Amino acid sequence: MLYSDKVMDHFNNPRNVGVIDDADGIGEVGNPVCGDIMKITLKIDDDTIEDIKFQTLGCGAAIATSSIVTEMARGMSLEDAVAITKKQVAEELGGLPPAKMHCSVLATDGLKVAVDDYLVKHGREPIAGEVKSADPNFDPHADEDDHDHDEACEL
Amino acid sequence: MDTPRRIYFDYAATTPVDKRVMDAMMPYFMEEYGNANSLYALGRDAYRALEDARERFAKGIGATHPNEITFTGCGTESDNAALLGITARKSPKGGHVIVSKFEHHAILEPAHLLEKRGYEVTYLGPREDGIIHVEDLVAALRDDTVLVSIMHGNNEIGTIQPIKELAAAAHQRGALFHTDGAQTLGKIPFDVAELGVDAASFSGHKIYGPKGVGALYLKRGTPFEPQILGGGQESKKRSGTQNVPGVVGFTKALELMLEDQAEESPRLAALREKLTSGVIERLENTEQSTDVDPAHRMPNIASLLIKGVEGEAMLLQLDNLGIAVSTGSACSSGSLEPSHVLLSIGCPPEIAHGSLRVSMGRFTTETDVDYFLEVLPPIVERLRSMSPVYDRMFGSSAR
Repeated sequence: MLYSDKVMDHFNNPRNVGVIDDADGIGEVGNPVCGDIMKITLKIDDDTIEDIKFQTLGCGAAIATSSIVTEMARGMSLEDAVAITKKQVAEELGGLPPAKMHCSVLATDGLKVAVDDYLVKHGREPIAGEVKSADPNFDPHADEDDHDHDEACEL
Repeated sequence: MDTPRRIYFDYAATTPVDKRVMDAMMPYFMEEYGNANSLYALGRDAYRALEDARERFAKGIGATHPNEITFTGCGTESDNAALLGITARKSPKGGHVIVSKFEHHAILEPAHLLEKRGYEVTYLGPREDGIIHVEDLVAALRDDTVLVSIMHGNNEIGTIQPIKELAAAAHQRGALFHTDGAQTLGKIPFDVAELGVDAASFSGHKIYGPKGVGALYLKRGTPFEPQILGGGQESKKRSGTQNVPGVVGFTKALELMLEDQAEESPRLAALREKLTSGVIERLENTEQSTDVDPAHRMPNIASLLIKGVEGEAMLLQLDNLGIAVSTGSACSSGSLEPSHVLLSIGCPPEIAHGSLRVSMGRFTTETDVDYFLEVLPPIVERLRSMSPVYDRMFGSSAR
């Protein structure tokens, strides 16, 4: 399993790490049992993402996908931001190993939850649709991704 | 980041070939290249080298007869052959088999295959101390138990199992006993007669020998159905032209391990203690994966739980600094489950994701340990500072 140079760059030098004080929208997805948790905070003005920060507990791919999604979403309209797909995230990073595709789901889901959080707080309808990994019982095994389970543990 | 040095802390995964091993192997590639089964001089010379190695290998593990040693292609093959070969001959129509929950996959996978073939398999759990307790095995044994397989030293948490007592318990109920000795051979005393086992598996590359060679000890009279069929080499127990350079190298490697064991084992145990206590002193919310007495730990394996970080992220950051370690995190393995070994000792998944295995060996120095202790804390602190839940989960007090 190999990470692309861009994944390693975002893992080693993650962009936009932190928490926005007085954030307009907050999204936290994943759970510690699965090993990955991501939190996104947004500053929103005129339905546009003015500022975005993340915190992630997780593997190299989880941190890299979180980092890149903050770069992708900054300056986007809320509608465009929730439309970012896991595939676009992976492509933007120069690809992800098949077993790591679920990490990019976490990143897009975190963003979606944060956007909906903002909308609901302002009495508006959520636009992101169902977000599986926001469920504390989220099971990545049940995900219908093209996971590759063939790599055996090397220990 | 530049790489100031390269420190290998993954000797439990594999080891470099020792130069003395390499030198012993070299003649058998281009000069003494004969097939050990050929009758002419070249073949006879290879045969002599092979049988000489077999005799020395047998002596090295305390076997009575050289033909109790079957050379194989790797430790995994030996494990597979032991489980499948012994059951197939002793009880071809099924029966009960016991393996521990924290065996290597080379045992667990053939155990699953046995279930498909109609055998009943009990997966015996260790206790929290990382040890398979004799009374737990006694409770699991049945009149129809054919075979018990429990590893000698666990490859992840480094605990040493009481094989002598476990084997005796199995024998009392008429079951045969196999142990996977891949991690312990040469590192701590391993004597098949003293341990009283019927079968044992070994691997060359774990002891500064070459990859691609293993051995299976089968005590005389142990029922065994060959699993690799062909020309009937290895007394018909394992067909295939013998890997003479590999076998010669493996045997030389074993002898070197035994020569050094009395000094090397305490040297590594002291480094392990320094490393573990050093990490725990420098980093809050860290502990060893088990608190078993050091006497039951392999000298070369430090197994740590660094809470609130994910193991793969830690591994990659250490790799940036030239340090090679292992983790039981799900993300490092390509599967989504954390280490089955850590789960088997009751470690919660969220903690198992932050496990770190540091395994040391012949070329590990105290300077390496000092360097590790210097660079690990900032890596962990940085990753914890990036976590949305560290303060919430571990902020005020440990687990």
